[in-house]
Amino acid sequence: MSDDLYQQAIVALARDASHAGMLEPAAAISQRDNPLCGDRVTLTADFAGDRTLSEIRHKTRGCLLCEAGAALVTSHAKGLDAAKAAQAGADMRAWLRGEAVQGLWQGAEAFAPVRSRKSRHDCVTLAFDALAGLFETRS
Amino acid sequence: MSFDPAALRAQFPIFRERINGQPLHYLDNGATAQMPQSVIDAVSFHDSHARANVLRGVHTLAERATEAYEGARAGVASFLNVPETEIVFTAGCTAAINLVAHSYGSLLRPGDEIVLSVLEHHSNIVPWQLLAERAGLAIKVLPVTDDGRIDVTALPRLVGERTRLIALAHASNVTGAVLDVAAVVAAAKAVGARVLLDGAQRIPQGPIDLAALGVDFYVFSGHKAYGPTGIGVLWGRGEILEAMPPFMGGGSMIGRVDFAGTTYAPPPRRFEAGTPPIAQAVGLGAAMRFMAELDWAGVEAHEMGLTQRLMDGLGTLGARIVGPRGLQGRVPVVSFVLDRVHPHDLAQILDQHGVAIRGGHHCAQPLMERFDLPGTARASIAPYNVAADVDALLEGVEDAKRRLA
Repeated sequence: MSDDLYQQAIVALARDASHAGMLEPAAAISQRDNPLCGDRVTLTADFAGDRTLSEIRHKTRGCLLCEAGAALVTSHAKGLDAAKAAQAGADMRAWLRGEAVQGLWQGAEAFAPVRSRKSRHDCVTLAFDALAGLFETRS
Repeated sequence: MSFDPAALRAQFPIFRERINGQPLHYLDNGATAQMPQSVIDAVSFHDSHARANVLRGVHTLAERATEAYEGARAGVASFLNVPETEIVFTAGCTAAINLVAHSYGSLLRPGDEIVLSVLEHHSNIVPWQLLAERAGLAIKVLPVTDDGRIDVTALPRLVGERTRLIALAHASNVTGAVLDVAAVVAAAKAVGARVLLDGAQRIPQGPIDLAALGVDFYVFSGHKAYGPTGIGVLWGRGEILEAMPPFMGGGSMIGRVDFAGTTYAPPPRRFEAGTPPIAQAVGLGAAMRFMAELDWAGVEAHEMGLTQRLMDGLGTLGARIVGPRGLQGRVPVVSFVLDRVHPHDLAQILDQHGVAIRGGHHCAQPLMERFDLPGTARASIAPYNVAADVDALLEGVEDAKRRLA
């Protein structure tokens, strides 16, 4: 795995627009800001009857790592309930800290070069925080 | 005197560092400037030969420490051309503004108004917002022109008989634009308001005659002026400081403590409760001496030459300057944006080239909103920078464009 933070896999993930935009109307909206850099992720989502996510979009104003994190989250979010969403965030944070994690989402390994750059971990996890927030804001 | 950037650079040991295998090209001076050996030595000498508390002990080390601390105050006063009794040492620029907001702010009344601008650093916004909430004040905000200057033509509209204070950046930490101080002072005097200038980005550009500037408060931080972190300065006109109540209570700031009623020391000690940042103040004093010996006309010509080289190169690469496009009325702080390359990603790639810049909102989110930007990349130039620093930055920007744009 390359140590290049901006390797092709991360750039491609960040440029992936398949879940970009806003659901209107949406059952839930969650917005998270990184106060240190001003990056912002906004997630809109709908839910299935079993309280799992059925549709999700992200609107991201941030760095490439933040965009890539939002693309990763939205590509895996369908079918998640609150517990699984929270677990996904905890797993990602633990893995970035260098811990071994079982069941890491496919594609997350593209962020391996970020693990040694602690100042950029929050860029990746901002969308995970927003994901957890969807379940708090659901009306 | 003549100015030799290479000789000056040799006085800064940090430039012996290599970053990611590259020479260090340090262009983040607007966040923290580097310290010359003379300042590092002054702090080390103090801690090795004079470390003690000030204003209390009678032993030899206490005498040395007090002399060094008060000597630093005298050095700062000389740099600003004001009496040393008007120099208050603080923990930094933010602490200095908060001191004024609490102390001078306690003299204000509900309905009084404070005038700020859109381009202020958060440290010159939030303390006033907190004060406004506490005291029922109103905040008026001067707009910013398309080239990143405080729009002083709006002063007549926003400054009125309820205005008590106008608090503005002397030079913007984002756009580099220098304030039209005369216009602000004239507007303030017309209504009897005070003027506070945030000089964090101006002081590193050389000595200043505060007595002639006509303002009432001036604040700056040591670490942006080739001094240590943890030290800042509040200057206030003597009669204004005299009328201000203490902000923090504790040792050193008292006249006499009695449960029947405590009295307070005169300024500046009234505002320096507890053990002050002594070694840091000594370092700042050394930084003032270092700065006082520079040929500032030569420095300005050198820095502006680099600024022009930078802006020309960025223009060639398709970057957009956020701030004045010319050299008039600006400090060598240059913000820019590049299509499809976020400032943080640019700063990260530049680091691989040994280039240190700042990317982000620069603690100026209202200004980012004004320009509808998530952030900017900012290169800030100091006297020890050379053309190779600018060229390395431009090569890094080209690399970032190739990889990300």
